[in-house]
Amino acid sequence: MAAYIWVVVACLSTLKCLLIPSYRSTDFEVHRNWLAITHSLPISKWYFEDTSEWTLDYPPFFAWFEYLLSQIAVLFDPEMLKVNNLGYASSATILFQRLSVIVTDLVLAYAVKEFCLTLPKPREDGVRGWSQPGFTLSILLVANFGLLIIDHIHFQYNGFLFGLMLLSITRICQDRTLEGAFWFAVLLNFKHIYIYVAPAYFVYLLRTYCFTASNKNGGVKWTSFSPVRFLCLGVLVISVCALSFGPFIAMDQLPQVLSRLFPFKRGLCHAYWAPNFWALYNVADKALTVVGVKTGVVSGDVLKHKASMTAGLVQEFEHTVLPSVPPIATFALTGLTMLPSLLHLWRYPGGPKGFIRSITLCAFSSFIFGWHVHEKAVLLMIVPLSLLAVQSFKDAQVFLLLSTVGHFSLFPLLFTPAETPIKVCLMIAYTSFCFVSMDSCYRPINYTFSLPHLPLLNPIDTMYIVGLVPLYVYCDIIHPILGLSQTLAFLPLLLMSVYCSVGVIYSWLRLYWTTLKRGGTKVEHSKQE
Amino acid sequence: MDNKGTLTFLIVVAAVSIRWCVSLNPYSGAGKPPMFGDYEAQRHWMEMTYHLPVKEWYHNTSTNDLQYWGLDYPPLTAYHSWLCGYVADKVNPDWVALQRSRGHESEGHKLFMRYTVLVADLLVYIPAVIAFFLWTVKDRSNIQLLAFAAVTLLYPGLVLIDYGHFQYNCISLGFTLWAVVAMATNHELLGSVAFVLALNYKQMELYHAVPFFCYLLGRCLWSKDEIRLWKLAKIGVFVIGTFALCWLPFLHDIDHIQQVIHRIFPFARGLFEDKVSNIWCSLNVIIKLKNLLSQPLLIRLSLASTLICLAPSAVNLLLNPSIQKLKYALVNSSLVFFLFSYQVHEKSILIAALPVCLLIHEQPFVCTWFLLISVFSMLPLLIKDGLILATIPLMVLFYTGSKVSQSSWVTPPTSDQRGQSASFRNFAFWCSILGVIALTACSLVIQSPQRFPDLWPVLVSIYSCGHFILFLISFNYLQFTSEDIGQTSAIEGAVQSKLGGRDGHQGVGNKTKKGGKRKQKTNKVD
Repeated sequence: MAAYIWVVVACLSTLKCLLIPSYRSTDFEVHRNWLAITHSLPISKWYFEDTSEWTLDYPPFFAWFEYLLSQIAVLFDPEMLKVNNLGYASSATILFQRLSVIVTDLVLAYAVKEFCLTLPKPREDGVRGWSQPGFTLSILLVANFGLLIIDHIHFQYNGFLFGLMLLSITRICQDRTLEGAFWFAVLLNFKHIYIYVAPAYFVYLLRTYCFTASNKNGGVKWTSFSPVRFLCLGVLVISVCALSFGPFIAMDQLPQVLSRLFPFKRGLCHAYWAPNFWALYNVADKALTVVGVKTGVVSGDVLKHKASMTAGLVQEFEHTVLPSVPPIATFALTGLTMLPSLLHLWRYPGGPKGFIRSITLCAFSSFIFGWHVHEKAVLLMIVPLSLLAVQSFKDAQVFLLLSTVGHFSLFPLLFTPAETPIKVCLMIAYTSFCFVSMDSCYRPINYTFSLPHLPLLNPIDTMYIVGLVPLYVYCDIIHPILGLSQTLAFLPLLLMSVYCSVGVIYSWLRLYWTTLKRGGTKVEHSKQE
Repeated sequence: MDNKGTLTFLIVVAAVSIRWCVSLNPYSGAGKPPMFGDYEAQRHWMEMTYHLPVKEWYHNTSTNDLQYWGLDYPPLTAYHSWLCGYVADKVNPDWVALQRSRGHESEGHKLFMRYTVLVADLLVYIPAVIAFFLWTVKDRSNIQLLAFAAVTLLYPGLVLIDYGHFQYNCISLGFTLWAVVAMATNHELLGSVAFVLALNYKQMELYHAVPFFCYLLGRCLWSKDEIRLWKLAKIGVFVIGTFALCWLPFLHDIDHIQQVIHRIFPFARGLFEDKVSNIWCSLNVIIKLKNLLSQPLLIRLSLASTLICLAPSAVNLLLNPSIQKLKYALVNSSLVFFLFSYQVHEKSILIAALPVCLLIHEQPFVCTWFLLISVFSMLPLLIKDGLILATIPLMVLFYTGSKVSQSSWVTPPTSDQRGQSASFRNFAFWCSILGVIALTACSLVIQSPQRFPDLWPVLVSIYSCGHFILFLISFNYLQFTSEDIGQTSAIEGAVQSKLGGRDGHQGVGNKTKKGGKRKQKTNKVD
């Protein structure tokens, strides 16, 4: 059964190899610099080194990961391991770094394979493997458009990290809870952004692992608390963290390490506004400013800030009409919006699916309301949602919306003309595969509308998704032709952020709504889709 | 997932993605003045055809230095260059400025050139492949057909040469493919026009000319209709008419025509160039024919050997003009030309690879093997162009795709799989591939010794040449035995439906009757 996943992996790996000569962002240099730092400096200097502006700002396990890679990198080109060789990119360096991403991606392939084994046995009526959920899922994840362009063109190691996350989820689905917790702790020490989904882990593990029984109405049975299990979990997580941060605590460097990991100097929004609530907030502020100046309510002086605000290059800017947002407010909002989903998870754990849904909702909250969110973080929702998409119709609907919009919002990452056909083709291929495979998965379910529509979506959703096409055509073709690239340089990015943020927030609300409704009526337990 | 339209769309998008990935790689002669490579040749032709009047295109003039990548392809290439030159001039006149733009290299221009190939490919070759499998192959499920189409579109040789090295093979090969599609759907006139277009785009399409000629002649001769001559005349008129249209600007002057022909067939350039995996280059290791014999003698030698080896397949096709045999004869003819004819380039193996792709659903094993070796035979060129990093993944992808298209996912297992011989041929296949891997690794890693600077390229050509000779023999064998299918189906009606797909568009019953009649006639002739 699992043979097809290796075929998929083989084909995708060749595609990734073909992308070796493509455009590389500064992240390539970031990781080369980290290779150099970990290879040529003692541990005590790792988090102090600042020759390059791209200082080491991932947790210690990632530093060790780079250290291991650098041991192989020596065989390719020792020059890349010199801290002072800024911007070094010989062909051997490129080959090595690209291959390191491709090879470590196998972790993701393994995790997907393991997860597919937990899926219900394939239907017997279909002779071919094509329409089985396992096959669909393996393509959805292994060939994920976002991972392809972020890891193999832009350059990062997300495939590997998401592999760890999937592995941890899979182990928990398989009732190997301690292993799952272990992998999640390891993951956190590779890249701390995953802390956003930690609340879901915490609540779920506490509820289903530390409390061993439920009441008849599904609520927690308080007397079933198992201190041993709680202790096991705690010791496990703490020892992983100790392994990672211990040496730095021993060297009394913890504050320095933490200041590198959590740089609050950065602004509310990343250079290109991630499609979240703050993108809408910024636009509202801008619109109000313009209206205010026109009507004379706001003094014209504020417009002097316009350039800095709109170019999108300056990371910090003051809002002119609406109140400026301090980091604490974003945290409060994130926490508040997570809370209902966590409470719901506590009340109706709903098995592995409920857990994955809760992870997705946590990721949503942090993406929509978080501080300095990168557009790339949208994968944090898309990847777990893919797991649900092959199992439940309602989740598949949200998945189609979110993956299309979320992946589209990654387009500005690749702005070089040579890569444009690749990003467009891969996006079209991946999105059409999503729609076609979901359609064949859920064909028996009746969801017809009188108006023309895309598979699984209602006419309004369809219009929204189809609207991405003219939006793209305007931003990439018409806008430059009109000669507005100089005077209104920010407009395409702004349009994209705003348009996509509407879709992302809508998907979030919809997933939230179906989740809360689902648990309340206990559909989860009675009916397996 | 069974929707034909959606699947076709997905396959085309995937094919375009792969092609564009390859186009990110360097082109031939990038950053290598003074002559650069084929990329500069194509650019130079755009510059020249756009700025000079038609009558100067093939002549050495003060503004047209034929020594510097003079136009040496037939008129259709020239018109295509003019069209591209026109667009280039509108986008950025510096790209094709007369004289001043020599050796022009920039990111923007590279992008433009890559787009011109993609457009040509999307217009000619890709639809031809899809049409061939969907229209002419019967009795297979859509998924199977499209899987084979996808494998054909993934054939690394064409992608690497067109999108990496830089040429427009997709146009000439695409027209040839359209010719086959038209013949298979009984549109012989359209087919001959398409083939004449191919011939007028690239003279190397002559490699395919004999089978098309024999097929059409055979069809006319053994036609049931009483008006055979009329049919022949119609085809003749269409062929000559298309030729005349293509050559229209040059027709006013016989000298002019001679000059074009002289440019197109450069006999002065010698028996072979660089390292080609053909007989002459391989023999060169033992006997230096180039030094022993005079040039006219060499030309006669190569012509004679080509004709002798071509004869069996051509006569066989002439006597039994079926689509099935046409496809095999196309393989055999182009392979014979590649192995024996005069002035062969390593890239010409693509001309043989095209008809092999058309047999991939019938002889998947041999065809996959041949196609892999054909890419390998261009290894020295691919290394020189810096394309090796794209070649290896493409080969793996192609092999995987071919395996998947034969696997039980796509093709329901059939009973006629011969166990013992299968294991033997698998053994032979993997030995051969092992050799390919070893030679590739050596070429990449080990510096050739001082005494033999061309050691690895020569070994690669000899190794591939040996394979090609064996392939030539087996494809000849397959062509001759492919007749048996017809006979069997004539006897066993039950088998008919199974085998119908192999006979292209013709209905099985029809085919059998015709075949029977033809055989009688053949006997009489004999």
